[in-house]
This record gives sequence, structure tokens and C-alpha cells, in this order.
Amino acid sequence: MKPMNLPDPIAEGVAGGWRVLDGAAQTQDLQLRCDVLIIGTGAGGGMTAEVLAKAGLDVLMVEEGALRSSRDFRLLEAKAYPELYQEAASRKTADKAINILQGRTVGGGTTVNWTSAFRTPPDTLAWWAERYGLHGLSPQAMAPWFDMAEARLGIADWLADPNPNNSVLEQGCQVLGLKHGRIRRNVRGCWNLGYCGMGCATNAKQSMLITTIPGALQHKAALLSRARVDRLLVADDNKSLQGAEGSLLAADGHGLSGRRFHIRARHVVLAAGAIGSPAILLRSRLGGEHVGKRTFLHPVVISGAIMPQRIEAFNGAPQTVYSDHFMHTQALDGPLGYKLEVPPVHPLLMGVTLSGFGPGTAAMMQQLPHLQVILALLRDGFHPDSQGGQVRLRVDGSPELDYPLNDVLWDGVRRSWLTMAELQFAAGARQVQILHEEAGLQSSWKAAREHILQLALKPLLARVVSAHVMGGMAMSSRPEEGEVDEYGRHWQLPNLSVIDGSVFPTSIGANPQLSIYAFALRAAHQLADVLQRS
Amino acid sequence: MITRRQLIKTGMLGSVALFAAGVLLTPESEMAELSHASHVFLQAQDALIIHQLAPVMLGMAALPLPAIVQGVDLAICQLLPAVQQELRQLFDILGNRWGRRWLAGMPRPWAQASHDEIAAFLQQWQHSRLLLLRSGFQALHALINAAWFGNPASWGALGYQQPPQVMRVLP
Repeated sequence: MKPMNLPDPIAEGVAGGWRVLDGAAQTQDLQLRCDVLIIGTGAGGGMTAEVLAKAGLDVLMVEEGALRSSRDFRLLEAKAYPELYQEAASRKTADKAINILQGRTVGGGTTVNWTSAFRTPPDTLAWWAERYGLHGLSPQAMAPWFDMAEARLGIADWLADPNPNNSVLEQGCQVLGLKHGRIRRNVRGCWNLGYCGMGCATNAKQSMLITTIPGALQHKAALLSRARVDRLLVADDNKSLQGAEGSLLAADGHGLSGRRFHIRARHVVLAAGAIGSPAILLRSRLGGEHVGKRTFLHPVVISGAIMPQRIEAFNGAPQTVYSDHFMHTQALDGPLGYKLEVPPVHPLLMGVTLSGFGPGTAAMMQQLPHLQVILALLRDGFHPDSQGGQVRLRVDGSPELDYPLNDVLWDGVRRSWLTMAELQFAAGARQVQILHEEAGLQSSWKAAREHILQLALKPLLARVVSAHVMGGMAMSSRPEEGEVDEYGRHWQLPNLSVIDGSVFPTSIGANPQLSIYAFALRAAHQLADVLQRS
Repeated sequence: MITRRQLIKTGMLGSVALFAAGVLLTPESEMAELSHASHVFLQAQDALIIHQLAPVMLGMAALPLPAIVQGVDLAICQLLPAVQQELRQLFDILGNRWGRRWLAGMPRPWAQASHDEIAAFLQQWQHSRLLLLRSGFQALHALINAAWFGNPASWGALGYQQPPQVMRVLP
């Protein structure tokens, strides 16, 4: 008997009459109107859309990526990366030293993230209060919004055993006496597969794609996909916005179809992510001096280990164990702290990410089932020398993030390499290799330690990646110190809100999805109140 | 620094080697195979370069090279126009006689380059003091690895497979 095929609730909703427009399918220019235009459908836009639509507002979501759903998710990297990620998962900083994984599809990063859910660390929120005057975002004040986000998205303890890749991190921490914990996940009925990064084929991941966006569409919101906002349009009074205009994309998702769209809206919500949102303001020649500045990445460095046992880091929930031990060994604004996690290991991304070439890397790839990988996420934006990067526009208007790697960052890189290698040997690794072009496989912690102390700290020798783009449109308590207030309301343009990860004044110090959800719920409820009254 | 005299000397030696290689060593089947393929981004010369670099980059023999070249072409087509322009410059430098010789350090045309010569080129760019050359190596590394390891034909040797319990029930 052939088993039942997996359902696709999004395809069913579209067939049932949701107001969904595919930019690539339009044969004419579009002229649209709405109460609230939401630009971007990731963690910020998705949450905001549902709150506003349920409040009875006429909501239109615009997304640059395509509408893809579970029937499109084939557990295939070569299909998923070009279809679901910015620049086919190869977006890079200006000097190409950091590779950035960022979503570009309906649901944004939440469609492809690895389902790790952390509340914003209390010390981060306390720092924002102390340093930036954001007293409304204290841990106590935020608690109900975290509760609400967790309830909406099924965020709960993950009760299954960690997969062997995560277990190695846990065992290493136990041997070395490092504080560690289990990661909560936004899943319901998860099959424990390990392909979250290619879109969830079983609809277990509670992404925006299958939760709040359908919630908004059921409340008469509309969605326009494959549509790129070129610029926001200023109203005749020169003091507010009247909407936005942009280009419809071709079926390949990249080229222009030649058709354009024009949207009139009472209120505009920018939720295009920490590279996209500043870019739209820059293209519109709007916003103040802070736009695109202090953009953070949680720069990530990587260590691989050959374990005697089978690891199969491509199978099982990708991130279930973490250690924040080294987030608390020095002052928040001292030498950079780092969080330890593991990634899922699939062939394409691993092949691209491994350093070196030739027989050495071929041998490493052929041991893929025994390969264990640890990541260190550096907490940027707190140390006075950690100012992050800057979003700027290329000649063609596309955004580019310039993120220089400096001494304070390299110091954290070297310390975290040492930690990861020691931890992997403590957990029984046969050999360990730092991902660096000059690094070789090391067979003992002593040898690895000496080797790591010799490695050159240079861009494009050390492998540095990122999956968390934050900042660039910081919240502040006073107009001259940031771009938006603590509800994401723009200081100069009264009918513009920014509701995404770009409002964070520093990095989060944890995987940011839940921080964005909670901030978005708070901002969206405030916005709904105001718009319902007016 | 290379003196003018050395430059002329190696240039002449290179020409002799090129001539000999051109007459004796050009594998006709390889050129014929490549000329049949049509690519969107890659020009014939670029395709040849990928074809020559891939076995050395991946450290493997018996690779399905036309499929890898095709995969690289497809991968580039999915990048931003601005990034495609940079890759155009990279391939133009590698394909240009002077770029090949003096920036890539490759004395002979790519079609005749030996395994060791290609490895030396890759290593030179991988560790170059110039950020630009290091980024050139990284671009070639990423494209070739993505093209091969994104191809299910590579998975058997890695002990990798998609979970069958899900693949069976995909719509």
C-alpha cells in the first residue's frame, strides 16, 4: 500500500481563495491600496501581519521571494538554496570574508531556520536599558510577549534525545565542566529529520509560512510575492509616506518581469530584515544618519572533528544543545563572549564551507558520517571596538554589507577555536580541524592548541559565516540617538514602523528569532491600537 | 622581482612548450565534449577552466566533469547581477593570456596545464597576500564544491542519503 502523501496547507489555502498574487504571473502593472503595507514576511512581518489583520485592518504583505510551501521542499540543497535564500545562500560581506545565510521566500528566515528558540538574554535587555534608555524592554516587561510568541508557535522543550552531533557538544561540556543546556524549538509534531534549512517538508516547523501568514490571509490580508520594493513614496505634505513602489520579478525570481507595482497605504511597516530594510530607506533617500550603521552578524567560526562513532550530523533535529558558558566568563562589553552550538551537516554546504582543497578535503568529505561540527557565535556590538558593519548600496541599488573584521573580533575567534578543539577532544574526537586555509587535521588537544596559536587571523583564511543579521535601524529613547523608538516607530516619519531584527541596538547574543517575534508582537499590538482609533 | 630578461626567456620557453603541447597533447575528445555543451553564463574558455580545475580542487578522479561545469553555470545564474559581473572579471583574467601567466602563474594554456601546475595555482591564490586573489580562490572553491556536492551523484561516496521515510511520502 502506498502511504498517504504529506499535505500542503498553503497550497490548500491558495486553492480555497486566499488573496495571493504572484508578481511573476502579472501581465499588467499593479495599483493596490491597503491600510497597512508590510514589506517582508519573515519573523517581524509575519507576526505583524496576523496581529493587524485580526484587528480588522486591511493588510497587504509584499515579499521579494516566491511563495513556496511544503510540496516544494524536497530535502535537496541544490534546489533549496537558490529558491529560499538570499543570493542562493552565498550572500557575502563586501570583502567576501563572511558568508551570510539569510532567507528570501514567504516566511523569510523562519522558513529555513534551524528552529532554535531563545528568549532575549536578560543581560542584553538590561544593557539596552542602561546604555540606550530602552526601559520598556526589560525582561519583566517583555515576559508576556515571549509567552505569547511561545504559545503561538509551539515553542517548548524538545524531549527527544539530541542527535549524536549535539551529544558530542553536551559530552564535551560535561567533561570540561562547562555550563550547557538544551534548546527549545518552535515545532509541532516534528519528525526529527534534520532538513529544517531546506524548508520543512512535514509542516512541523512553526514558521511564519505555516502559522501567522495563513492566520493573516484567513483574516482577509493579501500577499504579493516576487515583488521587490524599490522605494517608499513620500506624501505631498513631505512629512509622511503615502506608500511604496517597486518591480515585479520574473519567474526565475531574480530578473525583472518588466511590470511594476504601486501601493497606497495609510501606514507602512518595514520588515525586510537587517540588510533589506536599511537598503529600502537608503534607496528612498529617507531616514537619518543611523540607517544601515551598526549592523551585527554574530560572526561564526567553525571546528570539525572526526569521531570514532557514527555522527550523521545530517540526521536529526539540528540544534538541541548549546553552551553559554563563554558568554559569562568576562564583562558583557569586555572581550567578546561566544555561544556554542552545532550545525546540521549536509554535503553541499559542508563542501563549500570546508577550507582547503584536493585530497585532504576529499578525505574529510568521505568521512562525512563521522564528522562532528561545532560553531562559536561571537556576540558583537557590546565592546566599544565592536561596531559591526554598514549596509550600503551598489551602483545598481542592491545592498551590500561592509563588515570589517578587527582585532577585538579576531581575539574572540582564536579563543573560541581553542574552546571548540579542546571540547571535541574531550568528547573523544580522533582528529580535529579548525576551518582555516592554513589549518591541518590535529590528533591531540596539545598539538591542536599549539597549531591554533599559530594560525593567521586574516579574512579569507579563517572561515567566518553568519546566519543572524541584526541592527542597522536601531531603537533609541531619543530621536537623535537612533532611527526608531522602542515600538519601532520611525522618529521622523509618523506612518512608518520598522518591525524586524534591524531595530536591535546590538546583537542579541542568542539565535534571534524569538527576540524578533516578541518585539514584533509588542510593536504590532501597539500599532493596531493606534490605527483602530484613527 | 622578475627581470625583463627572465620574462623574455620564460616567455620563449613557454611558447616552445605551448607549441609542443599543442601539437602532441591536446586531447581532442575533451574539447569536442565541451564544445557541445551550451551554457548561459560560462563561455567556452571559462568552461574549459572549470573542467581543468575541478578534479584538482575536489581531489578526485573519474568525476562527471560536464555535469560539474553545468552545475557551476547554473549556480552562477542564480547570483546577483553585481556578483555575476565580478565572476565575469575573474574568468576574463584567468582566460586572458597575461592574466593566466602573471596573475595565476600558469605557464601554459589551461587545456595543457598539468595537475601539479593547477594545484600550484590554487595554492598560490588560496594563501595569497592579496585579498582579491584569495577571494578568487574562494569563489572557484565554492562554485566547484557546490556543483559537485549538490549533485546526488556525489553522495554515494560520502555515505549520505536523504531519509527514505520522508522521500516516500513527498507529494
